[in-house]
Amino acid sequence: MPQFPPSAVAEAGQDRTLVLNMGPQHPSTHGVLRLVLEIDGETIVRLKPDIGYLHTGIEKTCEAKFYQQVVPLTDRIDYLCPMTNNLTYCLAVEKLLGLEIPPKAQWMRVMMNELTRINSHLVWLGTHAMDLGAMTVFLYCFREREDILRLFEMVSGQRMMTSYFRIGGLALDPPLGFFEKVKAFADRFPGNVDEYEGLLTGNPIFLMRVKGVAKMTAEDAIALGATGPTLRGSGVDIDLRRDDPYTGYENFNFKVPVRTEGDVWARYLCRVQELRESIGIVQQALAGIPEGPVKADAPKVVLPDREKMKTQMEALIYHFKIITEGFTVPAGEVYQGVESPRGEMGYYVVSDGTAKPYRVHMRGPSYANLQTLAKMCEGRLIADVIAAIGSIDVVLGDIDR
Amino acid sequence: MPLAPPITDLEQLKSHPALARLVAWNASVVQAAKFDREELTVWIERGSMREACAILRDDPACPFNYLADLTAVDWYPSEPRFEVVYHLLSIPKKERVRLKARLDGDSPAIESVTSVWPSANFYEREVFDLFGVRFTGHPHLERLLMPDNWEGHPLRKDYPVEGYR
Repeated sequence: MPQFPPSAVAEAGQDRTLVLNMGPQHPSTHGVLRLVLEIDGETIVRLKPDIGYLHTGIEKTCEAKFYQQVVPLTDRIDYLCPMTNNLTYCLAVEKLLGLEIPPKAQWMRVMMNELTRINSHLVWLGTHAMDLGAMTVFLYCFREREDILRLFEMVSGQRMMTSYFRIGGLALDPPLGFFEKVKAFADRFPGNVDEYEGLLTGNPIFLMRVKGVAKMTAEDAIALGATGPTLRGSGVDIDLRRDDPYTGYENFNFKVPVRTEGDVWARYLCRVQELRESIGIVQQALAGIPEGPVKADAPKVVLPDREKMKTQMEALIYHFKIITEGFTVPAGEVYQGVESPRGEMGYYVVSDGTAKPYRVHMRGPSYANLQTLAKMCEGRLIADVIAAIGSIDVVLGDIDR
Repeated sequence: MPLAPPITDLEQLKSHPALARLVAWNASVVQAAKFDREELTVWIERGSMREACAILRDDPACPFNYLADLTAVDWYPSEPRFEVVYHLLSIPKKERVRLKARLDGDSPAIESVTSVWPSANFYEREVFDLFGVRFTGHPHLERLLMPDNWEGHPLRKDYPVEGYR
């Protein structure tokens, strides 16, 4: 019979904690998040996130591209809300250029951005509920998400990596029949949210997993840099769409859901309420969409129409110059913050007056929220870590860039 | 909308709560200020950055209680080479300000603001990882995104885009 060395036996008696790896290939970590847990029995003593598995150096790549070539890179950062990324980057560059965007493009941006929020929240709701053992919701959510992806495909030709917003407006006019499809979806969707809520909001098994779990006070949330629904779930009333309006959000009426409980339940309720508010914004956008062009009148920045490019010499020259040399942007720097589904997404763009950005930095909301995880989980059970990860809605592409 | 020329005159900018508070606290640490494209940038003397952040956070009139972003810019080959950039947000007053500190290219270091905002932890580690700027007083200054045994700092301008092969 093998004998343990006496030292090991002595240590086993005193050393109560065990280090456990969760992830990076664990399905409930929503990507390649690795958490190093120090546990005492089933209680978390310490939690340390380890990130960087998806780091592809997008910030460095941006510095080697023309301004307009960066747009497709931004899709790939937070891949659940590509349009919000497009929007933030385009707004930042437009601010650097001092470019005015036509009203129709602004309204379309608001509408698509809210559809993106719904799309992202549906993925969150489905996976969060599945992590907690409610399988059915996932299938319901992905049914509606599919409708939204079809709408995205209709306007941009792409389901996920849309690159639909461009510097100076939109890539294309929306096709015929698009608004009718959006209208049909928007009329149906509140009933779908009732379905999800019917499965979860009063469900005692779900409530036991979320109520009072992973609590965070408002002071902690601010100090640790929480943002979006994670911050609003702790009772801090901030939403950039209302407080620092961009791309015409000041023309829309919506409420900002705030809860004071600070637990997984509060974050769940904030997001579900946001689904209803977002579809309200889509309805308002549909009702009042103005007529006109979807691209700014800036021939040196915005690519000409295909038809004009083939028939007019001047348009052909501009097209050739933008494609081969890019366009120069006056030197300066801007920070543009946008309320993404996960919170404040910020793009810090520095220009040195050339056709390539000198520095592009993305401030990702998931990156900010991830730092709150340790505070939420320490002292709680391993099963609560799963609930907490779901409740902050991490997207690893956004964290690692 | 044509771009308005930037305002760099400190006197004209004093109405902004952040600059007013900083000048009232210690005018000598404010090196320069610029109001450009509706955004205020204040250059702070590097040794006083942590204190300046703490002063702004605890300002009773307009508390800049939220660190929105912390990053750096490499101005290689000019000197001072690095600029560390802090974006602060006042949640009660919805005001923003950008603070900057200039650092030399030769072993750049600045005091950590993790004691002011614990959220600075990841941001400072990222800047350390990708730019090689040291943050003194940081509780856990290690690489964050790159592997621990990585050589070089990828976001420096003298680091090739394709990497070293």
